[in-house]
Amino acid sequence: MATIDVNGKSFEVDEEGYLINLGEWNEAIAERFAGDDNTQLTPNHWEVITFLREYYNDYQIAPAVRVLTKAIGKKLGPEKGNSKYLYELFPYGPAKQACRYAGLPKPTGCI
Amino acid sequence: MADFDVPVLGDHPLCSVPAIKPGAMHGLKPFAVNNPMHNTDLGFPGALVENWEAVAVAKMGELLGKYRSLQVFLDSCVKCGSCTDKCHYFIGTADPRNMPVARQDLLRQIYRRYFTLAGKVAPGLVGAKDLTKEVLDDWYSYFHQCSQCRRCSVYCPYGIDTAEISMAAREIMDSIGLGQKYTNEILGKNIKIGNNLGLPPPAIRNTLDGLEEDVEDATGIAVRFPLDVKGADVLLVTPSADFFAEPHIDGLIGYAKVFHQAGISWTLSSYASEGANFGMFLGSYDNMKKAATRIRHAARELGVKRIVVGECGHAWRVAYSFWNTLIGPFDFLDPKYPAPQHICEVTLDLIRRGALNLDKSANDHRVVTFHDSCNVARASRMGTTPGGQYSIPRDIIRASCNHFVDMDPGTIHDQTFCCGGGGGLLTDDLMPVRVKGAYPRMQALRQVQQEHGVNYLAAICAICKSQFLKVLPYYQFDRDMIGGVHQLVSTAIQLGTKE
Repeated sequence: MATIDVNGKSFEVDEEGYLINLGEWNEAIAERFAGDDNTQLTPNHWEVITFLREYYNDYQIAPAVRVLTKAIGKKLGPEKGNSKYLYELFPYGPAKQACRYAGLPKPTGCI
Repeated sequence: MADFDVPVLGDHPLCSVPAIKPGAMHGLKPFAVNNPMHNTDLGFPGALVENWEAVAVAKMGELLGKYRSLQVFLDSCVKCGSCTDKCHYFIGTADPRNMPVARQDLLRQIYRRYFTLAGKVAPGLVGAKDLTKEVLDDWYSYFHQCSQCRRCSVYCPYGIDTAEISMAAREIMDSIGLGQKYTNEILGKNIKIGNNLGLPPPAIRNTLDGLEEDVEDATGIAVRFPLDVKGADVLLVTPSADFFAEPHIDGLIGYAKVFHQAGISWTLSSYASEGANFGMFLGSYDNMKKAATRIRHAARELGVKRIVVGECGHAWRVAYSFWNTLIGPFDFLDPKYPAPQHICEVTLDLIRRGALNLDKSANDHRVVTFHDSCNVARASRMGTTPGGQYSIPRDIIRASCNHFVDMDPGTIHDQTFCCGGGGGLLTDDLMPVRVKGAYPRMQALRQVQQEHGVNYLAAICAICKSQFLKVLPYYQFDRDMIGGVHQLVSTAIQLGTKE
């Protein structure tokens, strides 16, 4: 099993770089994942990450992209409540990339 | 954007046959199952078994006894070459091993060695080979560069179906504990939880509540998205991507609006919340049956009269071609309707009977073309006349918009090119072959974009939609071009004018 080191601690990740033990997540891990993608996390990224974690806590699954865009639109303004904006934040796709930063499992399926 | 070569689009709608590049895709392979549970959930060994050669050969023998077609396909190839330039993965990668005949030969060489007299006595003379680790690696790589789209079989004078050979190869690999992570993990979720994403019922309900709110905000009409409603007439079984992903969810909204305006009582099921059935990709009849059985169970529990399948290519193949033997008979459903019925059949029938009020001009910002999904086009049918699977979706599109144009005839209907992501290949670790495999479709799309200003690529398959969303930008198309047929219906339908 691959691992990443963050602040002197070692964390297990799967083949695709998703955290294995969701309970181990912390903000430094998100920063590290983003850094590896040459991304600087802004407060807007954090809005998404925080919402994903809250939703996962409630439903044990990541939210549908539509649910996410709606929530972000409410928080950051309607002009930002769309997939286009989310793709600007997470160019590899809001569902998969943002879930990885948030320490959630990779969404699977025909997506 | 890519750390691999992306084919460059030319001016002709059909790609030319590439000069071969031996070994171009050698070694590309998807992640194998690492967590043993992803195999054992499906009844396969958790990891590669010690005596895998013997087990694999025995499994091949079992499959040859069970599927007469497999033996015929392995025996009958005369190396005529018709199939060689028909595979989108060959056209996009130029790797000669992606020629369908070469892919078949990976299995055929082992078949000859262990199951034919000539291969047992003089293997070198008949291209027979021992099953070695090297062969197994080639199997794992190249049988995961086949989307089981069956385009090659259309041109084969003997009708050899590479998809079936590919399924057999994957079944053999699973039987020795060499499973593909993407497909096996997902199929396990489908069998255990009821859908590929692993969405628990409260998450589905929450998503549907949000959609009810959105549609009412946008139209002023309270369109319901019912879940687990006993006594509804219709059970809609749709790919779970329709709940989760973009643009899929706009198709789901379209189905709901159609049912609403037609006054059809319908429901989704949280127990059978998946139309897709990855059991087919593995050639695993047992797992295909397990996944499908949830649907029969839900239909009986809810007491529905009809089962309707949403926009999903291989779901429709499984439903149309296999459900009857997997989970039939459907004697508990209303015999007035086909069992199962495709959502496109339902919608077109309603349009023809004047039950839907569609304003085509609502789609005037769109110039639409239609991508025939392989499993619908070549492995099933719709309606009551031959070719209904081609005409029905197009008739819906023409009824929903003013600007529709088909792509080159060599790339549609039964000659359609796969999107590049079917058959269990829709995974990030296969991105190079997904992008290259999309090349023939992208080429045909570029022509209609240039000549007719096409800006909307309609599809009726969740995999096609996700695949195009991802690969369109590699070819300098806008990713928002891809959408469902029912997304067009959703735009055109005038709620509040008929019901």
